[in-house]
Amino acid sequence: MSDPDRVVLKVEGVTKHYGHVQALRGVDFEIRAGEVVGLVGDNGAGKSTLVSVLSGAAAPTAGRITFEGEDVSLSDPSHARDLGIETVYQDLALALDIPIWANLFLGRERRARGLWGLLGFLDRRGMIREAEEELKTTRIRIGSVRARTSALSGGQRQAIAVARAVSRGSRFVLMDEPTAALGVEQQHRVGELVQSVAERNVPVLLISHNLPQVRELCDRVLVMYRGRIVADLDPKVESVETIIGWITGSALEGQL
Amino acid sequence: MSATRQPSLQPQETTSIDTPDAPREGGRSILGRIGSILGKWDGDVARILILLVIVVVIGIVAPSFLSMASWLALSQTTTLVALLALGQTFVIVTGGIDLSVGAVMACSAVVGAVVMRGMYASGSDMTITVLAGLATMLVVGLVAGLVNGLVITKLKITPFIVTLGMLSVATGAMNLISGGAEVVGLPPVLGTIGNQVIGGWLTVPVIVTIVLAVVAAIVLTRTRFGLRSFAIGSNSGAARRAGINVDRHLIRIYMLSGLFAGIAGFLLTTRFVSASPMAAQGMELLSIAAAVIGGASLSGGRGSVLGTIIGALIMSSLQIGLIIAGVQSFWQTIAIGIITVAAVFGDQLRIKFAGERP
Repeated sequence: MSDPDRVVLKVEGVTKHYGHVQALRGVDFEIRAGEVVGLVGDNGAGKSTLVSVLSGAAAPTAGRITFEGEDVSLSDPSHARDLGIETVYQDLALALDIPIWANLFLGRERRARGLWGLLGFLDRRGMIREAEEELKTTRIRIGSVRARTSALSGGQRQAIAVARAVSRGSRFVLMDEPTAALGVEQQHRVGELVQSVAERNVPVLLISHNLPQVRELCDRVLVMYRGRIVADLDPKVESVETIIGWITGSALEGQL
Repeated sequence: MSATRQPSLQPQETTSIDTPDAPREGGRSILGRIGSILGKWDGDVARILILLVIVVVIGIVAPSFLSMASWLALSQTTTLVALLALGQTFVIVTGGIDLSVGAVMACSAVVGAVVMRGMYASGSDMTITVLAGLATMLVVGLVAGLVNGLVITKLKITPFIVTLGMLSVATGAMNLISGGAEVVGLPPVLGTIGNQVIGGWLTVPVIVTIVLAVVAAIVLTRTRFGLRSFAIGSNSGAARRAGINVDRHLIRIYMLSGLFAGIAGFLLTTRFVSASPMAAQGMELLSIAAAVIGGASLSGGRGSVLGTIIGALIMSSLQIGLIIAGVQSFWQTIAIGIITVAAVFGDQLRIKFAGERP
């Protein structure tokens, strides 16, 4: 576990067909501990499908996924979460009518101790306190965690979705456009969150359209094109123009 | 948003995710605290005020409305509507609807009454007979709810259609079993349970309803089951992706609604010491109206037990009050229709002007 260079996630030959549509045509890549890896590609390149497969929402048609050295079949999202694969979904997956603390604990609500817990009573105070502490450590400011989630602005909602994924026991974090709705300052804040996760040796796969941000945050950039990963680039070296060339496929044609 | 800030001077401020519309805790002043308490309660405060206005106005027009006899009549209607509406509240909070509650109540009453009639005629012990009747009604309610829940979650048919089907099935089944006639010849002790007045104003149905309402309120606001009901009604996809077994939860919700219908069926039987296949007509709509007047949102994620109980009281006060005031009975139906729509409109206005309340 302590080896910082160990491979956390390995994807080999993963394909996904929807009827006649081949969304993934054989995806191969690996992610090591503490890496922040960007995943870019044009609309329809297969990014969303890959996210679905890795988060357990869709089963791959073929291929092999190895997580922490073990073959896994991610049968459903809760199985992926049990393994420590946390996803920040594009739609944020927040229940807006419940309090903020309840969203942070959604699906993992803590019960009260003893008999009350057996009867299904919640440890509300404990969860509220912990939610406050978590948001404090991630320096997300939202007033009261007791507020209804619908009272938050779009950026705050996104921050809560990110905080939920990175806060507890995550071993791999998948982020689907985590900064799409954010202002410049909030994007910067999410960037800091991403880096703090990576510093805990938890790798992050960041799906984004924001190439300057990808270049700033990521150690590597994977480019998807027509259901395959066609390039594995060093964003510190390659220019935005080069990355765009791979995204549009023109770099690929140049090679052939 | 950050243009006017000076990052170099306020590093803490600028690195935090913070927007001007961030919800704040109610201020520390006494006024602020009162404001935040009212913010949490204003919907129910408004509803209680409306109920008081209705009671006072009818009381002025027809003073006999404020008598014990009229309270007892009122409580009989209210308890049945309220019990069905409690189950309905759980269903509506999850974003569903249960149109079958009235028919299931009547069906369970008829089936249980047939069982009791048989046992009573063969000279079984009175207590055992009544308990067997009660158990039968609860089981009929639970089974109807189980079928509703299974069809909704496994066949993926909308709750409206499924429970509409169940309304029809339960109505037909109960008429087949009862031969379309009222089931009589039940143990007279039932009448004591249903009509004995305790301490001047309380009856067994009233006590049962109050106890169950308190339990339901605690379950809805303090347990994981309640919280997940709101989460599912608010965003079922998010709940599913968070690892919540949404199908199993919804099946339990519809079983709970069926259970409340079974309990209401028993109380209905104790009232007249008989079970009538006609008793359920319109009850499903009254229960939905009670929940909606009480602030529940048919799109899910919102609803409260206190609101529902007040909603049931508003409707039955209006019903009984108009009868006592000598208004032609058809006007009651019109009044209930208008007040349901007006209540939802008023709630929307209140939320719009008060902003999203935490």
